[in-house]
Amino acid sequence: MSIRVLRPGLLTTLQDQGRHGFQRVGLCPGGAMDPVALALANALVGNVPDEAALEITVIGPELEFERDALVAVCGAEFQGSFPHNRPVLAAKGTRFNVGRATRGARAYIAVAGGFAVNPVLGSRSTYLPGHFGGFEGRALKHGDVLRLRDDKAVERFSVLKKTKDGTVKWSAPPLTLPDREPILVHVVEGQHFASFDSNSQRAFFDTVWRVAPDSNRMGFRLSGPPLGRPQADEILSGPTCLGSVQVPPSGVPIALMADHQTTGGYPRIAEIASADVARLAQLAPGGKVHFAKCSLEIAGELRRDARGRLESALRGIAWEYGEKNRP
Amino acid sequence: MAQPRPLGVIPLGDSAAYVEFSATLDLEVNSIVQRLGLAILKRKVPWVRDVVPALGGLALHFDPDHPEFPAKPLEEALAIVTDSMKQALSAKDNPGSEVVLPVCYEPEFALDLAEVAKKAGLPPQEVTQLHESGEYRVLMMGFAPGHAYMGGLDAKLTVPRRASPRAIVPAGSVAIANEQTVVYPYAISGGWNVIGRTPMVLFDASRTRPSLLWPGDRVRFRAISRAQFIEMAASQ
Repeated sequence: MSIRVLRPGLLTTLQDQGRHGFQRVGLCPGGAMDPVALALANALVGNVPDEAALEITVIGPELEFERDALVAVCGAEFQGSFPHNRPVLAAKGTRFNVGRATRGARAYIAVAGGFAVNPVLGSRSTYLPGHFGGFEGRALKHGDVLRLRDDKAVERFSVLKKTKDGTVKWSAPPLTLPDREPILVHVVEGQHFASFDSNSQRAFFDTVWRVAPDSNRMGFRLSGPPLGRPQADEILSGPTCLGSVQVPPSGVPIALMADHQTTGGYPRIAEIASADVARLAQLAPGGKVHFAKCSLEIAGELRRDARGRLESALRGIAWEYGEKNRP
Repeated sequence: MAQPRPLGVIPLGDSAAYVEFSATLDLEVNSIVQRLGLAILKRKVPWVRDVVPALGGLALHFDPDHPEFPAKPLEEALAIVTDSMKQALSAKDNPGSEVVLPVCYEPEFALDLAEVAKKAGLPPQEVTQLHESGEYRVLMMGFAPGHAYMGGLDAKLTVPRRASPRAIVPAGSVAIANEQTVVYPYAISGGWNVIGRTPMVLFDASRTRPSLLWPGDRVRFRAISRAQFIEMAASQ
């Protein structure tokens, strides 16, 4: 009743929609880097949006199913002979050999019923820096065996019309994948934007930034011209947020991602519109991004638009299953 | 003191706001911020997911998908803070507990002690003695789970952060910058000057009280030898 890990991939962790309510003691919400793709993957197999799935990164794992399981892979496109963005019944003995990402950086492998791991502080997300949550608080390794919870997925799947290869004709839309690079990411000015020199203010918006190789789930370091402040005074440490872009004295901006720090002492030049954080998360190291300034009102509209697209996709999936089969 | 007024409300993107009371560290303001944080938590605003008391103000983290999420969240956040002020001012000062943290200041753990001593113009031994004799108070939790910013550092030890943060600071590292001291709960990246290490586990998600330190706690450090460090680390 489980999945066996034959090859772990570059970074494969269990993630759900995060653990909220602990930022007061310095614990970030964490969770999926691309929560939109996770919600879609869960919907495709009939899970609630907050169920934990495997987040795979740049190079995917090889997994063997030790029982029949309804599976969906959403997010980045990876090499391998399994359908993307569609539910598929993986019969006992099936192997998913996931190669490299060909578009985007992260995908979610959701299994109907979810993974049998205990929540820690209310979430099944793996928090790597703290070594807790998810599967033993760490990324998957060769030989791991992930137990699955029981599920009636097979009956649910049986109501769907199938293609020859055992999946369905329709698919969930890739809502967060880049069509081309550089991707455009909207930001509002950060608290300390005005304290940067005018060249740095311009450079921030004129530069095509590259995601540096030492980027991770905590933050993306952005390669480009160093940014500076005429008065390099230290600022009082203060709260940060998912998507805060801070600039340490080295001048290299860092965009805070899912496992970000909850406070920081470096000036924040910008705050990424929440709707665009998941799209940024789909860049691999070397990926290109440029920033466009927007108002808080526009950031709110972008968020409502993105939410609308996700809800519409979720309704579409529910419709395919027939509402009566929706869990 | 007179009722403090917010300097302003600063958006942290579209899903959080920082209500700032002071751009510099003021211990009286911080004490009110701690009490405000508790008062706001008690209101249980459905679209406010997290309340983070910080050195000079409070962050409110929103759930923007909540049906009651307001059209003008910044204005609402500010109103919540001002409406909670009366309750906060009438509350007792934050009754934090007393915590004593053992620290080994030996060179193996004190990665930046020589640099700090040079910048402060003091012999390294005086740096550690001044650090150990201080009485500290947790002013803000953040940066990592269980990571407390503590005020009360001797003014002679005022040094800036490192120019570029270290990719990995070892767990338990005791570090200083500006007029504060911190303890790194995990091996993470960070920019403070490391002058020692504690064998204590600062944050354990499986403990009933996962964090060793909490906002408002009063903290002292006690110097231990390398041998004591190893013994205490083994019994954790």
